[in-house]
Amino acid sequence: MYKSIPIKPSEITPKSLYLSRRDFIKSAGVLAGSMVLAACASGVDEIQPVEPASTEEAAPDDLTSYKDITTYNNYYEFSLEKTEVATLAKDFTTSPWTVEVYGLVNKPQTFGMEDILKLFPQEERIYRMRCVEAWSMVIPWNGFPLASLLNIVEPTSSAKFVRFETVYRPEEMKAINSLNEYPFPYQEGLRLDEAMNELTLLATGLYGETMLPQNGAPIRLVVPWKYGFKSIKSIVKIELIAEQPATLWNTVSPREYGFYANVNPKVQHPRWSQVTERRIGEMKRRKTLMFNGYAEQVAHLYEGMDLTVDI
Amino acid sequence: MAWLPLLWMILGWVQNDLGADPIRAIMLRTGKTALIFLWFSLSCTPLFLLFGWTWVRPLRREFGLYSFFYASLHVLNFLWLDYGWDTTIIFEDMFQKPYALFGAASFFILLPMAITSWKWAFSALGPFRWKRLHQFGYLAAILAAAHYILLVKQAYAQPVLFIAVLILLFVVRFFLQKRNGRGAHHV
Repeated sequence: MYKSIPIKPSEITPKSLYLSRRDFIKSAGVLAGSMVLAACASGVDEIQPVEPASTEEAAPDDLTSYKDITTYNNYYEFSLEKTEVATLAKDFTTSPWTVEVYGLVNKPQTFGMEDILKLFPQEERIYRMRCVEAWSMVIPWNGFPLASLLNIVEPTSSAKFVRFETVYRPEEMKAINSLNEYPFPYQEGLRLDEAMNELTLLATGLYGETMLPQNGAPIRLVVPWKYGFKSIKSIVKIELIAEQPATLWNTVSPREYGFYANVNPKVQHPRWSQVTERRIGEMKRRKTLMFNGYAEQVAHLYEGMDLTVDI
Repeated sequence: MAWLPLLWMILGWVQNDLGADPIRAIMLRTGKTALIFLWFSLSCTPLFLLFGWTWVRPLRREFGLYSFFYASLHVLNFLWLDYGWDTTIIFEDMFQKPYALFGAASFFILLPMAITSWKWAFSALGPFRWKRLHQFGYLAAILAAAHYILLVKQAYAQPVLFIAVLILLFVVRFFLQKRNGRGAHHV
């Protein structure tokens, strides 16, 4: 379990420290699980990122550069071209912004972004992000556990799933107009126990900087053991419901994109290898790990399920 | 002119300007360039049949060779930069992905065509066998088009355009050869 110490976003590690952290990691040649140590070694009072040790042996996880994270984005509402999203999303309006949390809850509530930043202490979490297209990054997110927000609204006993919705704004998200076959607004969903898992994050920034539009500003989901498309961007609605919700990619092509979409090298996709992945910034392919290396934290959620059927 | 895509790619590589995933960028650019040259090559005869331009006919060999050159870079990028010659994962991945098999089949058709595109091969094989071998170029194009359309994610406009052009080229060739009564003499 990680410790949650109140901290203002402005107090999060200054950028220069990431550099020294990277050097430390490189020189020590430590494994993924040692990111916590590296963070301590920077000698700053800060929150220890949760970087769970992977269950299989893996090469060190160096942070992906800020430039790559902010210029290589899948955000179809802006463009199908990953390298074009940053430019096309530049003027996306992220303020004012509210997130409506409703449905099967005792205390439905609409949060303004300012409330969210005040109510929930922002932590740093370094997570691997594995895209279904067989590339991956390592991203230092700033955010807070989704569970903290759900606990405030108090889901009722009949709530079994959480449905998330991205803002629908075709006048700013111009690609929406030409993608008629997609049922926008973007929707995603999690089972309630997945949503309450300690790894599941609502992120508001990365590298200590406020989130940029191309990365899902002002607030997005991060579910590190699932393929990236589950981590829905620019959220305006969170609904607690009893039945499994329809999700955008699952609606478009259920054979390719399951509801669970857990990272699983044993389940093949018709176009991309799920056995290996290309880590952005590296030349050599890596083996893809079950649950993206987070099996220890999440495998128990799926006991008794056949994950080659429930993809 | 035909070397420009390569030059542009090398420049991009050196200046670190190929985006966050340079291997993918090279994969897409070499693939697209190979496809375009193959289509150029296949359009020489229909253009000749339509407009009687004799000067385009010899270009089909040149275009074909450029197509093979970029297809080779494409394959080399896949085997070397992307998979680091790791045969286990190469075979694992290849046989799970129909598009990879279509691509490989297309390349293995272009390979003997490129090798036999010199005069000595023409005389060694004899015109009949040589032509039969080179007629497989159409199949290579069909396989390459299948390779392309199978790998795109919900963005079919470009591959559909390539296929439409290919069909048009076949139609022109078929009807004009018939009309001219030249039968199979001209390929």
